[in-house]
Amino acid sequence: MSVFDGLKFRRVYSPIHNLDPRIKFIYVIAVFVAAILFGQILPLLALFVLQIPFVLLARVHRQWLRSLRGALFLATSIFLLNLLFHWINAGYVLLAADIEFSAAMTLRFIVLVESFSVFFLTTSPDMLGLALEQSRVPYEFSFAFTTAVRFVPVLAEEAQTIMDAQKARGLELEKGGFMKRIRNYIPILIPLIVSAIRRSLELAEAMESRAWGAVKKRTNLYALKLHRGDAGMLVIAVAILATAIYVWLYVPVPTLSQLL
Amino acid sequence: MIVVRDVRFKYPSGVEAIKGLSLTVKDGEFIAIMGQNGAGKTTLVKHINGLLKPTSGTIAVNGVETTKTTIATLSKSVGFVFQNPDHQLFSETVEEEIAFALKNFGFDKATIEKQVTWALNLLSLEQYRKTSPFMLSGGERKRVALASVLAWDPEILILDEPTIGQDHEQKEKLRQFILQLQSQGKTIVIVTHDVEFVAECNPRVILMKEGKIVADGEGKEILTNTGALEESSIVLPQIAQIFTQLEHLGFPKDVIDIYEAKALLLKAWEDRQT
Amino acid sequence: MAVIETKNLAYTYPGATRPSITDVSIKVEKGDFVLITGPSGCGKTTLCRCFNGLIPHFYQGQLTGEILVAGQDVTKHQTHELAKHVGLVFQNPENQLFALSIEKDVAFGLENLGYPRAEMRQRVDWALNLTDIYDIRERSPHEVSGGQQQRVAIAAVLAMQPDIIVLDEPTSFLDPLSAQKIFEVIHDLNKRLGLTVVLVEHRLDLTARYANHIIIMDEGRVCSDGAPREVLSNETTRLVGVGIPKATLLYQLLSKDGMELGNMTPLASDEMVKLLSEALEPR
Repeated sequence: MSVFDGLKFRRVYSPIHNLDPRIKFIYVIAVFVAAILFGQILPLLALFVLQIPFVLLARVHRQWLRSLRGALFLATSIFLLNLLFHWINAGYVLLAADIEFSAAMTLRFIVLVESFSVFFLTTSPDMLGLALEQSRVPYEFSFAFTTAVRFVPVLAEEAQTIMDAQKARGLELEKGGFMKRIRNYIPILIPLIVSAIRRSLELAEAMESRAWGAVKKRTNLYALKLHRGDAGMLVIAVAILATAIYVWLYVPVPTLSQLL
Repeated sequence: MIVVRDVRFKYPSGVEAIKGLSLTVKDGEFIAIMGQNGAGKTTLVKHINGLLKPTSGTIAVNGVETTKTTIATLSKSVGFVFQNPDHQLFSETVEEEIAFALKNFGFDKATIEKQVTWALNLLSLEQYRKTSPFMLSGGERKRVALASVLAWDPEILILDEPTIGQDHEQKEKLRQFILQLQSQGKTIVIVTHDVEFVAECNPRVILMKEGKIVADGEGKEILTNTGALEESSIVLPQIAQIFTQLEHLGFPKDVIDIYEAKALLLKAWEDRQT
Repeated sequence: MAVIETKNLAYTYPGATRPSITDVSIKVEKGDFVLITGPSGCGKTTLCRCFNGLIPHFYQGQLTGEILVAGQDVTKHQTHELAKHVGLVFQNPENQLFALSIEKDVAFGLENLGYPRAEMRQRVDWALNLTDIYDIRERSPHEVSGGQQQRVAIAAVLAMQPDIIVLDEPTSFLDPLSAQKIFEVIHDLNKRLGLTVVLVEHRLDLTARYANHIIIMDEGRVCSDGAPREVLSNETTRLVGVGIPKATLLYQLLSKDGMELGNMTPLASDEMVKLLSEALEPR
């Protein structure tokens, strides 16, 4: 799914990649809050355009565009559903204000998707795991996260091998009606689940053998240190949030129909 | 009969695993495909039952090209036993596990029952008929996986790394079992890096390196060919290691069987006594 | 000085009807390279789990008899305490590595023990160099081969600087060449660092030459325990179903039929070649 393409990390080096994930996350939250505040097209458009320089600086435009394309289906659904709802509400009449509102909602959705996309595209799972470890999140959670990410390719390969093994016993996944097709996946899921359970047991043994739980406060081989770039990013994030709140409180935002 | 003609195979990731390979396997032959990890052995055998289709070139099994038929159809004649039995086992009882493929291939109830009983007996599993496969030991699970593939009596049997994790006795039983199957006329293809096991079986040996065949011949020849083995990063079997260093005493180089070795050495000893 | 000592050790897994090991009394001296082998199901894996406390703490069940590891009673110390003295390397390379980079995995035990960063860095680099994986330290575990993964597991154990390293069939999933490399690394650690090694293996042809002590188990009991050459020449060993090295077997077959090859049982092909050359040298 190309929506997931937008969330996959790529090993490219750019100033954005090097930023502390915690700071990048604050930025994403700032954009998130700003997007929620407004229901009008103009500020949302501004937020959308604001992100583009970051995408370009991070050199992830191709994947970013791909994620937008993937989100298009959902975006269109949001647009049409909103429009439908308002059309019915207005007594089966299509009002310009309603079209604009639906477009604004769609744009809000897109802004949210793309900001998260920039975050995940420029943050490696390692960095993310490290950020989790160094924040107040309990170690069990960050460990669960990094271990899960670590085993995703392993599980994917295993699923493929299991499918091959069962196909070699005559299993035809594509055959049969809807119910039969679902049942066809049982010989794939059960070995996968059993294997996952066995794997967890082995992992637990290995963890215990490497002194898991010895000390309450674990130390870390790596340390995330904040740099000048992070300070700059933080300032930008706060500025976005502050401006958004100010505009929301004091500046009457004209709708598109009012401008035209 | 398996005919591989000029096959090339490239993974979607772009890696070319097989770079122009041709091979013919006659009915009833026993071949061992050996080589370093990544040489393309498993990739090659996955073409035989259609799990993989060549990027160029053809593979024909009993006259039918693999690209012109389905995996399920090919599997009726080509049984593939995967390395890890836990990648196959999913049923509530051993009986159901063995019946799975038979049901998929559309056999009637009577035949299924007959075949299941036959397979259970073949691998000494009758006592576990109603047992859950997950309750069995590692070695027993391997036998269940083997039984579930033999159940439909395919003419060609492919075993991917059958000796991994097995102890000496289990390997010995496996070796005898394979020879038994071969005597019944089955074509056997094993992918392995267990040189000692191959030395004891003495099949036709095919050495692969980086997607190509670098040697093909009788076990005795190939497993004593130090040059070819070194090229494919394979260690000589112990008996061969001994005899390649005894050439200066006039012994033949191509000895891999321990009893042949014993006979030759004893004769030389007795000759010296006279 | 014995680093591992057991007396009449017996263990039954929870819910099992029979014990997995019975009446096991063994002694492992400091600096030993012990090889434990036997047919599948003989209890060797169970025994390994007793050495670092996984049995009884992780597996529960019933453990009777005495067991002292690095002078400590295993039943009275948690696994995380024993981990400082005994490291355990498992069979499946993939399932003992959890971090997203190799060096973070090697540091895992040290992080758990709360070591300060500078010391961790030093130990991690030391362990990475000893196992010859320094160059791949920033890669992800999934990207490297099985043999390299096992070396990471060994490095991860080494970093904690235990007195004993226990390896449970570490090369089961590896090809012979990678297996050979692992054994050379372990042998090197035993020789250079004086690390006590307990290795569970089937591949005696590759490992017998390194050991100074072999223990054969069958059906939960120890049936042979002593120096390699004695144990492997013992008839019981072959009867129990252990795959003795072909060179050793050939020696036994020839000796039985009257060939004079000297008294030293060979453990590897080069030793056998020497014996044969001497015996058959043209006069």
